[in-house]
Amino acid sequence: MLEVTSISKTFDGFKAVNNANLAVEKGEIVAVIGPNGAGKTTLFNLITGILKPDSGRVLFKNEDITGLPPHEVCRKRISRSFQIVNVFQRLTVFENVQISVLSREKKTWNLFTPSASLAIKETDEILESVGLLKKKNRTTALLSHGDRKVLEIAMALGGNPEFLILDEPTAGMAAEETSRCIDLIKKLSQTMGLTILFCEHDMEIVFGIANRIMVMVRGGTVIQGSCEEVRCNEAVQDAYLGASDVCLM
Amino acid sequence: MSKKTLFWLGAGIIVLLLLPVFLPRFYVYLVSIILLYGLLATSLNLVLGYGGIFQFHHAVFYGVGAYGTTLMLTKTGLPPMLAFIVGPLVSATFGLVLGIICIRLSKLYFGMLQISLGSLVWAIVYRWYSFTGGDDGIHGIPIPEMLSSPKGAYYFTLIITLVCLFIMWKIIQSPFGSALQGIRDNPVRSEMIGINVRMHQLLALALAGFFAGVAGSLFVVVDNTVFPDMLFWTFSLEILIMCLLGGWFTFLGPMLGAAVIVALRTFVSTYTDYWALVLGIIMMLVIFFLPNGILGYVEEKFKRGFIEPEIEEQ
Repeated sequence: MLEVTSISKTFDGFKAVNNANLAVEKGEIVAVIGPNGAGKTTLFNLITGILKPDSGRVLFKNEDITGLPPHEVCRKRISRSFQIVNVFQRLTVFENVQISVLSREKKTWNLFTPSASLAIKETDEILESVGLLKKKNRTTALLSHGDRKVLEIAMALGGNPEFLILDEPTAGMAAEETSRCIDLIKKLSQTMGLTILFCEHDMEIVFGIANRIMVMVRGGTVIQGSCEEVRCNEAVQDAYLGASDVCLM
Repeated sequence: MSKKTLFWLGAGIIVLLLLPVFLPRFYVYLVSIILLYGLLATSLNLVLGYGGIFQFHHAVFYGVGAYGTTLMLTKTGLPPMLAFIVGPLVSATFGLVLGIICIRLSKLYFGMLQISLGSLVWAIVYRWYSFTGGDDGIHGIPIPEMLSSPKGAYYFTLIITLVCLFIMWKIIQSPFGSALQGIRDNPVRSEMIGINVRMHQLLALALAGFFAGVAGSLFVVVDNTVFPDMLFWTFSLEILIMCLLGGWFTFLGPMLGAAVIVALRTFVSTYTDYWALVLGIIMMLVIFFLPNGILGYVEEKFKRGFIEPEIEEQ
């Protein structure tokens, strides 16, 4: 479904992403792992058009989407959540998701119909599915960190995506919130049939939900393969753990 | 809107309609000025408070609207009412063009570039004696008879201001308004949910330019003059202060700010030439104690009383 081939991005001489490759099939959950600064977020930014790659290609459903601006990438039904919470601070939970739905329905050029009467059902359904419906009238500034991360996912769902990119979905969550978030990700994959690409530091989560794993080190792809392949790959252990006699998990 | 709000709104409008019956001529003129400055500040707030765009030189669009209307009235024989439509349209075009040039820069840099380009427009108006009257401006503009009396001018200003405020209110409540507020809070996120941020910002800038132009034409009606200082950057600062003082995250805040500033300028300046000093002190107090402006503070207090305690269920 998504194919990234030898993509590179340099910031002032620093190769943030260097010849990275990634392939995601329809319906899969693929994890990207790697030490801090390996270029995971930059890779996601390159796929979603927030950054333009210096070289390489991004194919989505056999269509070249390299260098498209983010709002057009979104129209191809690719949505993402952010690592650092990135929501509309002054608006309510409901409004946050509603804008996303309105944008997908191409209604944001409408100047005279009150928003309050539009896209209510769709928005409520999304909030219901992520479990935020009871908090829909709160300003996002009053939400807990965990709820805000979930709101991130809800906003991404507003675009009715086929392909969902989650940048460290559980970072900073309490244990209980984490397990709820994992259930949510599983549910999105199983019941809604979403293809999911995510990155995460918690190996338990990665090996728990990913079908395949891509390992990034210093901007490049070390390996992409099944959990078993990655788990006992020597290069991964060398690079990622700095010791070759430990097997991940 | 609740019944209570509608009641107060209706009462306010009735009072405004009856004002000329009770008030002496000078105060009627003053209220007209407050209304049109309020309209001007609200139009700035459309892009500043709701759009998060640092529009530092809003007076340009006000001035261009006023000059557009005036030049139509003095230099052409076209029907006068047409001038009141063309003026705002010219400023909307200016808003769009300046927007296209500046929008590629973000935040403060947008504002800086706008100040320099806007000052260029001011310099042209200031120097082009044969066309704009230069630093003298244009006086004794022929106004349609119906609007030339202070009362006529007042009612015209009141009605147009109310209509414009209503339209802006509708715009803020619309999906476009929601998208604009989303862009203010987080442009990157807005892009990522499929909103073309630049195009939305440009439309907002053109709309703000249009309503500023309307305020400009109203000034022509109320004052019968135009002068280059109307688009000097210090006046832009004054409009900006109206928004901040009244509350830039509230709809009626800028109107309140306009009232406070016009009143200060009128009444304090009879005692001292340094009325700006009083304004400065008030501004400092507002920034320290009411960072969301006067109306922002009131709204906060009002809302706080109405938050129902929510019980977290596990």
